[in-house]
Amino acid sequence: MDWYPLFNSLRIALCSSVIVFFTGIFAAYYIAKLPRLLKGVLDVVLTLPMVLPPTVVGYFLLLLLGPKRPLGAWVLAAFGTRMVMTWYSAIFASVAVAFPLMYRTARGAFESFDQTLRWSGQTLGLSNTYIFWRIMLPACKQGILAGIVLAFARALGEYGATSMVAGYTPGRTATISTTVYQLWRTNDEALAMRWVLVNLAISAVVLLAVNLLERKRRPARKGGA
Amino acid sequence: MSLSVNIRKDFGSFTLNAQFEAGNETLALLGASGCGKSMTLKCIAGIVTPDEGKIVLDGVTLFDSAAHINLPPQKRRVGLLFQNYALFPNMTVEQNLLAGIRRAGRGQEQTERLKQLLERFYLTDLERRRPEELSGGQQQRVALARILMSQPRILMLDEPFSALDAHLRWEVEQEVMRVIDSFGGTTLLVSHDRDQIYRIADKVAVYGEGTVEVTDEKWSLFRDPRTLNAARLTGCKNLSPAHRNKDGRVFVPAWGLTLEGRDDRPVTHVGIRAHDFQSAKISGENTFPFEVVRTIEDTFSFILMVRPRGAAEDCSLRWELSKEEFRALPKDGLLCIPKEKLLLLSDAK
Repeated sequence: MDWYPLFNSLRIALCSSVIVFFTGIFAAYYIAKLPRLLKGVLDVVLTLPMVLPPTVVGYFLLLLLGPKRPLGAWVLAAFGTRMVMTWYSAIFASVAVAFPLMYRTARGAFESFDQTLRWSGQTLGLSNTYIFWRIMLPACKQGILAGIVLAFARALGEYGATSMVAGYTPGRTATISTTVYQLWRTNDEALAMRWVLVNLAISAVVLLAVNLLERKRRPARKGGA
Repeated sequence: MSLSVNIRKDFGSFTLNAQFEAGNETLALLGASGCGKSMTLKCIAGIVTPDEGKIVLDGVTLFDSAAHINLPPQKRRVGLLFQNYALFPNMTVEQNLLAGIRRAGRGQEQTERLKQLLERFYLTDLERRRPEELSGGQQQRVALARILMSQPRILMLDEPFSALDAHLRWEVEQEVMRVIDSFGGTTLLVSHDRDQIYRIADKVAVYGEGTVEVTDEKWSLFRDPRTLNAARLTGCKNLSPAHRNKDGRVFVPAWGLTLEGRDDRPVTHVGIRAHDFQSAKISGENTFPFEVVRTIEDTFSFILMVRPRGAAEDCSLRWELSKEEFRALPKDGLLCIPKEKLLLLSDAK
């Protein structure tokens, strides 16, 4: 059994999670401060990939990144690399569909953040950066953690947009989800089943890890609630 | 050391209009909830930016709309105690205290001060605990210690006792009074508890719908509140519209009384505190016959709801007197409102 799809899926999901972690948090933080109208518009645009069919997301990505499209052509000319049909093309697809999950959960967590903590930090002379990283993020840990896990799971399972921008090339762009489909299509049900089990195992491990983290965070407290 | 505030901010539903000065003393901001007291503190702290005006603390201009000065809260060095204490939940007691001096860096002197503050606020054994593991009173002490650690130029306490159980409140109030005494600079206290304000503060600024109506020494304010709102907020129970007759005396239609006042200022309302009635045996100035509508025995006093003879049917005045005074009341006595106790008020609106 060729393990390349597993390796490829994991690196795509990991890269996307890291990108989505930072962009999602910063988008949530700064968009919350914008005037209402602009906030509403950006909110819709950024959440759209979550509700659109992945093929539509793939279509838009191809419009943007294709070798003859503005951004794709520029990157090709400047760096000599293609933006589509490579392993990292799948990262663009995963980021687009996983971003809204991180963005929305982080925003929910920030909105429920107790503002007096920020204010007291400011009057004590703490910089806004320190308050953000050392007080706000820890206080919002639950939400952020939930967001990043959801984003990771979504990135790992991405199929529609990935198959459009990265395609399926065994040993190059194949991921678990595209491999399962390919094997099913070529009537290799037994191997497809194996990959399904691999995927199930990864997802179970991720969810288990989250539960363990949660339990560690809350040590048994006296009279705890 | 002094604070001078003169700011305006429009909130749509109401306009904050705060203007007062304070020296090395405790100034209490007294007002109904939602009248702009806490908002004033936030403006001084730099959390909220006023539309216009000026805030000067110890000669340093914190805010001046005309000169486009608006220091960030980090540079204002104000100590603001929030109602919920706002302790950082992810940090221990010690880390919370040290958060206040991050900018100054941690030298020998700071370590010494940390130790002193922990001892002074009985936190030495709790330094490794997190806020959620502390009682309300302990959290309050941590918050106070953290503010003192940052060496503020002014102390601002926003309803410091409202989150505490009644039995803890007295204890914490003593603690806060000690802190204020040792701090020695300007202290602002927001509260709606007039008794507490009387015990703690030197001066009182009375808020009415966003505007500072009166600022005065506390004893003089409680003796002569001057506005209807201030009389109500300082706990005057008997208030009624009134006007002056041609002879200069004050006529109170609802009470059916014509009374002598302490001076001849214009009035729209009068008030008499429940404790300030006196009983009289013979008729004299501001005395009148009355009937008791209802007698209520309180823990340490009696409350008589009385109606001056000739007053409107629904008129009843609240008269509070000690149990001894109540038992010594003469039958068929008269009620007296001493003229220096009659509050002559005007409605600020």
